[in-house]
Amino acid sequence: MSRAEAAAESAEEAGAAADTAEAVAAPAARRPGPLWTFGLLRSEIATTVRRWRTLALLGVLAAVPVLIGIAVRIETRGGSTAGGRHGEGPAFITQITNNGLFLVFTALAATLPFFLPMAVGVVAGDAIAGEAGTGTLRYLLVAPAGRTRLLLTKYATVMAFCVLATLVVAVSALAVGALLFPLGDLTTISGTRIGFADGLGRALLIALVVAASLVGVAALGLFVSTLTDSGIAAMAGTVGLLIAVQICDQIPQLHALQPYFFPHYWLSFADLMRDPVYWDDLQKNLGLQGLYAAVFGSAAWARFTAKDISA
Amino acid sequence: MDEPSAAEHRPGDAPAHVIATRGLTKRFAGGQLAVDGLDLTVPAGSVFGFLGPNGSGKTTTIRMLMGLIEPTAGTARVLGRPMPRAARTVLPQVGALIEGPALYGFLSGRDNLLRYDAADPTADPRTRRVRAAAALDRVGLTAAAGKKARAYSLGMKQRLGLAAALLRPRRLLVLDEPTNGLDPQGMREIRALIRELAADGTTVFLSSHLLDEIEHVCTHAAVMAQGRLVTQGAVADLAAGARGRLAVTTPDAAEAARVLKEQGVGDVTADGDRVTGEPPARDLAEVNAALVAAGVRVRGFTLERASLEDAFVALTGEGFDVAG
Repeated sequence: MSRAEAAAESAEEAGAAADTAEAVAAPAARRPGPLWTFGLLRSEIATTVRRWRTLALLGVLAAVPVLIGIAVRIETRGGSTAGGRHGEGPAFITQITNNGLFLVFTALAATLPFFLPMAVGVVAGDAIAGEAGTGTLRYLLVAPAGRTRLLLTKYATVMAFCVLATLVVAVSALAVGALLFPLGDLTTISGTRIGFADGLGRALLIALVVAASLVGVAALGLFVSTLTDSGIAAMAGTVGLLIAVQICDQIPQLHALQPYFFPHYWLSFADLMRDPVYWDDLQKNLGLQGLYAAVFGSAAWARFTAKDISA
Repeated sequence: MDEPSAAEHRPGDAPAHVIATRGLTKRFAGGQLAVDGLDLTVPAGSVFGFLGPNGSGKTTTIRMLMGLIEPTAGTARVLGRPMPRAARTVLPQVGALIEGPALYGFLSGRDNLLRYDAADPTADPRTRRVRAAAALDRVGLTAAAGKKARAYSLGMKQRLGLAAALLRPRRLLVLDEPTNGLDPQGMREIRALIRELAADGTTVFLSSHLLDEIEHVCTHAAVMAQGRLVTQGAVADLAAGARGRLAVTTPDAAEAARVLKEQGVGDVTADGDRVTGEPPARDLAEVNAALVAAGVRVRGFTLERASLEDAFVALTGEGFDVAG
């Protein structure tokens, strides 16, 4: 390059810094339509759901209510009550024989501590790291997907998976409950009776609250996913963190920290079965999930937008 | 333009240089200097060969040009705009194949293309299927479009990666080792495709460690070694830097060598029935006549053109080995 050209180049550099030039897109590049950008979200959700791993996770989640339903049915055949002598086992299990709808609550209570967050952790952990590991991430970025847009799309997809996974458990439980046990009016924890339709509404509300309870672990998984180029490492890291926090939540000496652990208020969804609903812990739970989403979402963004993609 | 611009071209016009880097440097976290003060200039409309042994910094350079890696120092402009700052406006006009293809094995070839196209916010979703089909056709994958990418051979994966780069009309194609894993027939097809694209006015930036590939396809070339730019320019100029050799095939090698020395041929070496040397300044017809007059049975008399490989060896003073 000649000296004159070099001078022109640097002068243009200074001119371009005014960013007026930036606004004049090159003729071939068209302005993205506002709805076009959702094409990536649709593609992302479709790609996630078509993964064999995702289907296996959903299959396991669907099997849990079946196992609980059959176990309760066999155990209560002789007329004894489920849940053993001291009311052990997941919440609501003793009520299933009276009303199949309670299988929905039992199944959600049984899967929320581990199965559901594990599934979410696997999907979230794989979100960025898995694509980095197979190299598809670099092609998405030169497409160009845009780092912030891709991260937001990934997070939206993981949240959609939270809802999907919870609904799979709930619908499977409802089907098994209807098949093996009677349905009808139900008794709340407070002892009042509510109609079946009202009960179904509460079941749906509970499913949504359970899905929202997973938002924190989803953000955590996404952050871990930006730290490594190995999908397996990110999944293992996220699930490992989940187990560690669940254990810490059981240690009495950590009492002072426990209100800040993301699983601490998870089982508060049972309060939706009180009459009137007891909102305190539910609000604490949702607030805590929002806090985790904000903190780890920001951390993931800071990390991902500054990262060298060399895989 | 209401803004005074010292540049000879206004933004939006085709820039004279499709890629221009100044002092582009990348030092990795471990302290390893992968690219060191690179001043690369790729003229518009060229087929530009980016040559260097494995580990010489080619791929790191390409990743910086595509905004995947942040340079430690220096600037890079692609299509006249700074990277990675202008990635959103530059990259839709750039098709890239970087360090081999990467595919979703559980998706079909066609669905892989649809996914990559969906990632581009400026790509029209209404024409997505048509463009994907056209790209598949262009690389000869139409018949295998419905097959899961997992079942593709390396050559087919390479073709699918190329198809992804051709989903939209591009002003620049960045192809990193595009013929890797292809059989000779596939290589010829890809090279023909590259020439075809270049004839349409697309600038092609082609990285390779195969010298004859660059020599066959490229109009311009740059040579990298150990993170530094050794040389760049038109391929013909680069090859002209190294002189050709005169080669005589004869059963009378000893006699031929003596005559050639008399005729002013330098550095004469005889190897079996082949005698080679640096050609003299005089007319080669006279040299040949002198050989025949001396009773040498000349079976072959050729001037071997200098290859890019000769130029490379002359420039770097070393073989074409992997940098340590």
